[in-house]
Amino acid sequence: MTENVAERIREILDTIYSSESRQVLATLIRLLGDFDAAEEALHDAFAVALEQWSRDGVPANPRAWLVSTGRFKAIDGMRRRARFDASLVELVKQLESSASDPEARDDESVADDRLRLIFTCCHPALPPDAQVPMTLREVCGLTTDEIARAFLTRPPTVAQRIVRAKAKIRDARIPYEVPSATDLPDRLDAVLRVVYLVFNEGYSASSGGSLTRHDLSGEAIRLGRLLIELLPEPEAVGLLALMLLQDSRRAARTSPTGDLILLENQDRSLWNRDQIAEGLALVERALTSRRFGPYTLQAAIAAVHAEALSAAATDWARIVGLYNLLLRVEPSPVIELNRAVAVAMRDGPLAGLTMIDAILARGDLAKYHLAHSARADLCRRLGRRVEARAAYEQALALTQQEPERRFLARRLAELPG
Amino acid sequence: MKYMLLVYLNEQAMNDTEREECYVESAQLCHDLEAKGQYLAASPLHPVATAISVRVRDGKRLVTDGPFAETREQLGGYYLIDARDLDEAIAVAARIPPARKGTIEIRPVMEIPGLPTG
Repeated sequence: MTENVAERIREILDTIYSSESRQVLATLIRLLGDFDAAEEALHDAFAVALEQWSRDGVPANPRAWLVSTGRFKAIDGMRRRARFDASLVELVKQLESSASDPEARDDESVADDRLRLIFTCCHPALPPDAQVPMTLREVCGLTTDEIARAFLTRPPTVAQRIVRAKAKIRDARIPYEVPSATDLPDRLDAVLRVVYLVFNEGYSASSGGSLTRHDLSGEAIRLGRLLIELLPEPEAVGLLALMLLQDSRRAARTSPTGDLILLENQDRSLWNRDQIAEGLALVERALTSRRFGPYTLQAAIAAVHAEALSAAATDWARIVGLYNLLLRVEPSPVIELNRAVAVAMRDGPLAGLTMIDAILARGDLAKYHLAHSARADLCRRLGRRVEARAAYEQALALTQQEPERRFLARRLAELPG
Repeated sequence: MKYMLLVYLNEQAMNDTEREECYVESAQLCHDLEAKGQYLAASPLHPVATAISVRVRDGKRLVTDGPFAETREQLGGYYLIDARDLDEAIAVAARIPPARKGTIEIRPVMEIPGLPTG
């Protein structure tokens, strides 16, 4: 074996690792019935591949080879340990006799394995702060260090959440299955919530200095693509559209100095046209299904913005109409606030201000900085300087996010004395 | 796999008629579970007013009136079932009548060696 061959095999394996390792892992979890055993088997399989492929060449179906090698190594290891631990004997027998020869299974069941993995990581029996790291770790293959950095937590915290989640999956026997048709809508909602949470964490960090942590948004979009490839449900399509349309504005929503730029002031030539085209097509697809929900409606609203040449040229009437629909499927004060802002654009600031004051009077959004900054903005446009100042100050007191604070401080400074 | 389903419910949540209906419906559920081989045991409990707590400290027995913890919803009954996995246990829990008013807590039962097999 020459150095060159080994080097070449290593490159091939790197490529296969990044494209196939999650699928191999997903299948090994099903075959071995245990996350940790599958993880170990995955690494063993790649180690054997490095040695064996250099000698014998790359097999025709690398993924199937890796699955069957990983499974064999796991059973082999368990058989050795069973000599000292009688409780493993039965388990080894079970694994050996599980007739499912991985190489005989078709692509469909392998695709199902990835779905099983997604649904298990997002099972409602796991705490929400474990669903996200489990999904990023197991489905996306991020390291605990990467996850910790992205969520501004310490790696041991992330690692502990993952360890506990795996223990719960094992001890409570959370099934490794795609949910039944009756459970699917609820369970899919849980998955979409995790994906959108990852996206939002990347799109607008909840605290700290940097407004976008694009790696996470990119990861969420990749997850969204995987999901609609495996399970083309309208709301999954709608969510992918929403993420693409929001992400398309990424380059335009912050200034070179990291300051926030509102939609109406953004340089629209910076919007990513490829993402917009893809997003618009997906919105269309989700809407024609007639089984769409809140993600699709939010994507439809983002689509109206994406198609407008300027804030003034935006079809605000259509946006108000979409918000009305959205409020019907998902009543929430935040959506009401957004509708009020759209109404202000359609009918003038006074109409919007009346609606915002009604929401604030109910006390729902009293602690929500965006409600006060929206109110401030409408007061400013109406020339009510004193009220505008008070509302900006209130908004400023309610947000921790640095770019938002700078934006509000700037607005405050710009108010005529 | 065995799961303990603990039924928590505000004791004032049902009047006498509703409670009677609940017993009938629950008994029917137990028969359904029995037919599927999922039933192991189930019972309602007398109200927390009948609860007694026992502790032994330094070899000394302490008996007090009342439940272990005062909560908004009280432990009012239990089901011990055999289910394939958590999703099956969740499906059973959702059919327990008080789930509509209270909360069913699912606890996987730990299997330890050395217990009598009844």
